[in-house]
Amino acid sequence: MKILNIILAAFRALRRNKMRSFLTMLGIIIGVAAVITMLAIGQGAEYSVKQQIASLGTNVLIIFPGSQQQSGIRVGAGSMTTLTEDDAQAISTDCPAVAYVSPGTFAGGQVIAGNLNWATQIQGVGVDYIQIRDWIVQYGSFFSDQDIKGATKVCVLGKTVADNLFPDSDPVGQNIRIRNVPFKVIGVLTRKGQNAMGQDQDDVILAPYTTVQNRLSHFPYIRQILVSATSSKSIETAQKQITELLRMRHKIARFEGDDFTIRNQSDLANAATATSQILTILLASIASVSLLVGGIGIMNIMLVSVTERTREIGIRMSVGARGRDILTQFLIEALVLSLLGGIIGILFGVAGSKLISSFAEWPTFITAFSILLSFGFSILVGLFFGFYPARKAALLNPIDALRYE
Amino acid sequence: METNNSSHLSGDVSSSKVNSVLSGETKNVNGKLIEIEKLFRTYLLGEVEVHALRGVSIEVSKGEFVAIMGASGSGKSTFMNILGCLDKPTKGNYKLDNIDVGNLSRDELALIRNKKIGFVFQGFNLLSRTTAMENVELPLFYSTVSNKERKEKSIEALKKVGLEERIYHYPNQLSGGQQQRVAIARALVNDPSIVLADEPTGNLDSRTSVEVMEIFQKLNEQGITIILVTHEPDIAAFAKRHVVFKDGRIKSDKINSNTKNASEVIKTIPSIDEEDEE
Ligand SMILES: Nc1ncnc2c1ncn2[C@@H]1O[C@H](COP(=O)(O)OP(=O)(O)OP(=O)(O)O)[C@@H](O)[C@H]1O
Ligand SMILES: [Mg+2]
Repeated sequence: MKILNIILAAFRALRRNKMRSFLTMLGIIIGVAAVITMLAIGQGAEYSVKQQIASLGTNVLIIFPGSQQQSGIRVGAGSMTTLTEDDAQAISTDCPAVAYVSPGTFAGGQVIAGNLNWATQIQGVGVDYIQIRDWIVQYGSFFSDQDIKGATKVCVLGKTVADNLFPDSDPVGQNIRIRNVPFKVIGVLTRKGQNAMGQDQDDVILAPYTTVQNRLSHFPYIRQILVSATSSKSIETAQKQITELLRMRHKIARFEGDDFTIRNQSDLANAATATSQILTILLASIASVSLLVGGIGIMNIMLVSVTERTREIGIRMSVGARGRDILTQFLIEALVLSLLGGIIGILFGVAGSKLISSFAEWPTFITAFSILLSFGFSILVGLFFGFYPARKAALLNPIDALRYE
Repeated sequence: METNNSSHLSGDVSSSKVNSVLSGETKNVNGKLIEIEKLFRTYLLGEVEVHALRGVSIEVSKGEFVAIMGASGSGKSTFMNILGCLDKPTKGNYKLDNIDVGNLSRDELALIRNKKIGFVFQGFNLLSRTTAMENVELPLFYSTVSNKERKEKSIEALKKVGLEERIYHYPNQLSGGQQQRVAIARALVNDPSIVLADEPTGNLDSRTSVEVMEIFQKLNEQGITIILVTHEPDIAAFAKRHVVFKDGRIKSDKINSNTKNASEVIKTIPSIDEEDEE
């Protein structure tokens, strides 16, 4: 019960100096709010990168025609013609580590449905495409091998396209015109959201690649082959098997470079995750500096107040306060300041993160970890920076403290 | 004045003894509250030694009302601070209520200050921006009393000094005399066995001084031992015993056979308002 008294004394002392208490707290408030917000931004970035990677489909490999230098610039425009439908077929039959294969091509174009029109990208893909992309047809169905072989004019709409062309009606079974070629809508895909570049992945129309080649792009080659490995462990094996197969099929001599490029999505994903983790750590450490500065602020104020309140300490000692009572009181004062500052800082940090996500359209992600971290950190700051001034106060001699001018 | 033979009691004083004394178990055999023997206090100012006390010996019994006088710099405050366990002597024995204070730790001294001593300072020494009530409560914060008891005791102490109307006033909203009465209430609140006052009327006008002395006299009538320092013979006249310091020693120690009654003296002093009317 004595400790309760001392806590009460600490609160009274803080109340006596409202302005000073508030200013001291402000340092901690800003520090904690900054840490929370920065962690939320960083973890939001990490989270959305992970989401986007998942939305790409799992275990995905993309094969492009043409070689790629280490810098990532594709060279040799003529080599854009090196991938064929047969290559895709061969990969699916000859590479055991490969689960699904989809040749791909694309065309841009204006799409008209009734009196509405929409400019979008038309992806020519194979039947396996939605398996590779982990995509689901929400309404209707996907096209079949028959559609590919016959190059029938059917298509499946991405959610954005469906919403824009058919705001009030069911698109399935309707006809649309893509670059004046009539297509029948046979399905609508589920929403996938943005990709890693911030593009809307649902702003797309999927059609048999044969149809796109013949009717829209008039480009008889394959622009890419999308492949998924049988599991995340077999990605490298799949990559090796595809490389060997394509080199053999393209009759590339041993010392020559590939005339195609395989991009491993999980490599990209790992790099992106690592980058966003570094971002999180960087942001959090910058924010921690401000928390540290807040802590030094507490120490500064507590030191000033020990000096300023020397007589008060003397008076308290003269009526029976022990050194450790004084120590406890000053520590509690510092702790209360940092705790209260921490709590308010957390509130501000959470509010700030929400504001940022709604205004900057940047996803933020507040974890229990970041709250515990900044809360724990502010307690530590209070204890650490409060201890020295508190001890200084506790070691004063009663009579010296009383005589202090 | 020689100390009686009590040296066999000194020496082994543990905190258990402090506790037993505080809980009132120990019987004070000879009725002496304070026994001081050859007390020295030397300050070191750089290389220079200042001998503030040079062998003070004194005994004070329970219920006494002592006025300490003497020229400025004669060591009165130094002596009072040692009596109040705020300072330690360089040499000599000090027994308070049979406890050898010289052997106590800092914490034990704090306990003694809390339970046995009420100190009243010349400059009041109230916490600023803190109500009279909260100032008076202060000693109880450092002892084990319930919240309710703390409030009751504080109000009771404020009543004793006639300030029950002012409990929520801040020091800067009180006159000097009222502030000193708050300080006296604070000294009283933990039922000390002794009240020490170093020039309690030093900052007060003569009428207010007598009012403060009236409070001390009433407390003394209730059995509280009072030792106060004063420069003014008029103030000392209210005490029952006069001790005069000179150069760190006791020059004289006499019973005041002509103790004045403060309540009566007040009636003879016109208040300022009445003076204006004349
Ligand atoms: N902290 C200190 N350091 C050094 N010397 C001191 C200290 N306190 C008091 N002294 C010296 O000790 C002597 C006694 O001082 P003390 O304050 O006890 O006198 P006093 O009798 O109370 O005087 P006054 O009536 O003016 O209050 C003085 O010479 C003073 O200078
Ligand atoms: Mg003095």
